[in-house]
Amino acid sequence: MSQTLTEKIISRHVGQSVRPGDLVIVPVDAVMASDATAPYAIKAFQEMGATRLWRPEKVILVIDHAAPAPNQRVSNLHTMMRKFAQEMGCRLYDIGAGICHQVMVENQHARPGEIVIGADSHSCTYGAVAAFATGMGSTDVAALMHTGKTWIKIPSAIKVELSGRLPAGTATKDLILFLVGQLGINGANYQAIEYTGEAIEGLSLAGRMTLASMSVEMGAKSGIVDTSGLELPYEFEPLKADEDAHYEKIYQFDISGLSSQIGLPHSPDNVVPLEEVTGTPIDVAFIGTCTNGRLEDLQAAADVLQGQHIAPHVRMIIAPASREVFNQALQQGTVEILSRAGATFITPGCGPCVGTHLGIPGDEEVVISAANRNFKGRMGNPHSKIYLASPAAVAASALCGVISDPAEGLPSAKDGAQEQP
Amino acid sequence: MDTDQIIPGQYTKTLDLQELASHVLEFLDPDFRTRMNSGDFVVAGENFGCGSSREQAPMALKAAGVAGVVASSFARIFFRNAINIGLPVLEIGPHDIGGGNELEIDLENGTVTDLTADQTHQAATMPRVMQEILKEGGLSPYLKKHGDYNL
Repeated sequence: MSQTLTEKIISRHVGQSVRPGDLVIVPVDAVMASDATAPYAIKAFQEMGATRLWRPEKVILVIDHAAPAPNQRVSNLHTMMRKFAQEMGCRLYDIGAGICHQVMVENQHARPGEIVIGADSHSCTYGAVAAFATGMGSTDVAALMHTGKTWIKIPSAIKVELSGRLPAGTATKDLILFLVGQLGINGANYQAIEYTGEAIEGLSLAGRMTLASMSVEMGAKSGIVDTSGLELPYEFEPLKADEDAHYEKIYQFDISGLSSQIGLPHSPDNVVPLEEVTGTPIDVAFIGTCTNGRLEDLQAAADVLQGQHIAPHVRMIIAPASREVFNQALQQGTVEILSRAGATFITPGCGPCVGTHLGIPGDEEVVISAANRNFKGRMGNPHSKIYLASPAAVAASALCGVISDPAEGLPSAKDGAQEQP
Repeated sequence: MDTDQIIPGQYTKTLDLQELASHVLEFLDPDFRTRMNSGDFVVAGENFGCGSSREQAPMALKAAGVAGVVASSFARIFFRNAINIGLPVLEIGPHDIGGGNELEIDLENGTVTDLTADQTHQAATMPRVMQEILKEGGLSPYLKKHGDYNL
């Protein structure tokens, strides 16, 4: 029987052919928790009477949400995680290693065809490497750490078939913002999104991660990109849905005509073409997160800011997605371009995306961010406004001090020396 | 209703449930804690609990004394988390239950009776595994008792 990619992966794991609506107990390949969710997972693990991990090498803990610790309380939660990892023999990525999802893909803890569950809603990011991946809460993840299994209701699927090529000046972020705007915040509730079509063949791994990560912004259980065009530093089996697989809905978009997009406050599906709000003054520009903190994102910002300086009243904050990303950006000179342009680099990790520390906006301030969510108070202040855009648009807006379209002509270093000594 | 409204991210890094409870829904309604009584239900519209996977969201509601959440629909991670920590959640589709109405919840039959409006709403049936988990008071006590999932 023909199957979606989601059904295929789960069928292989349970050893029987599954259909949407089936409720199955699945064995997983890896499980992850961050410092935002691991402490409660550890507590629940102990409450379950568990004394050892199902497979220590398959349990990954990452300290990224509040790293380094901003206060004593968080520091003690980090200590709790380190002790647990040491006692149980599992892998812990400590402060500065990076955002959990970046760390999971970079270190091959999530691979094509696998089932990976993380205690973080953006765990769907591993769909970028054609894994079935979804976010759950601390107690579900504790149960996984204990048993290696969880229950899943097989989701029906939505196919997003993309043709054409992204126009110059636009990025995968514009594409996913457009899709979130089209489907809406609950447009894929409880469903799996499968991205396919000729347009994905040219997408980098970073671009695929941008696409997959924001699937949850449409309520999706998972967002999986098939392996056409995927390049990884190891061998893997190509994975695609069957030609005649059944989808609940099929969306087809030609992305050749896409323009820069922007998510308006206070919901990620409140998306309009960026040109509708150009000229809006901004106070803060942020690049980072599991959606847009990778090397190509930093390079896109550097391309805009090369030899220039951000507007005097703007604070620009950059949190690389991982130490690996930061090191590569250092080696290539990207960090220097951005730092000379006036950007402030902070520890690889979630940074200000979750409102814990490292750049909480002030009352009435306007933020343009390469992150994935702009709910009221998301960055720690309910009286601020967050606009979501691509890294190039964030950089262009930082340069001009107002929301600006990187696809349009921007002031360049040649036009006059904007760089400050 | 997103989880950043239910419990803002900056308050989630604690194991102190009362601390969580003290910030529940504060961005939405700073007076929520003082206006609510233990045993009250939160009644909501579409997609309750979308956004983050933070289990602190249902935990904060439960620790504040909320007896359950009745909504038109729920985001999936929130729904799972609520059951896993033993907070009853009932999905009843479109409704017009007014604030302050008196409700009676029958978990066994999945009904929400609006005594004020004299109207009964039937909640969507949960998968059996969820019913079993809720019956045990959450996933931790369920696994402690059964040792494994039982479909």
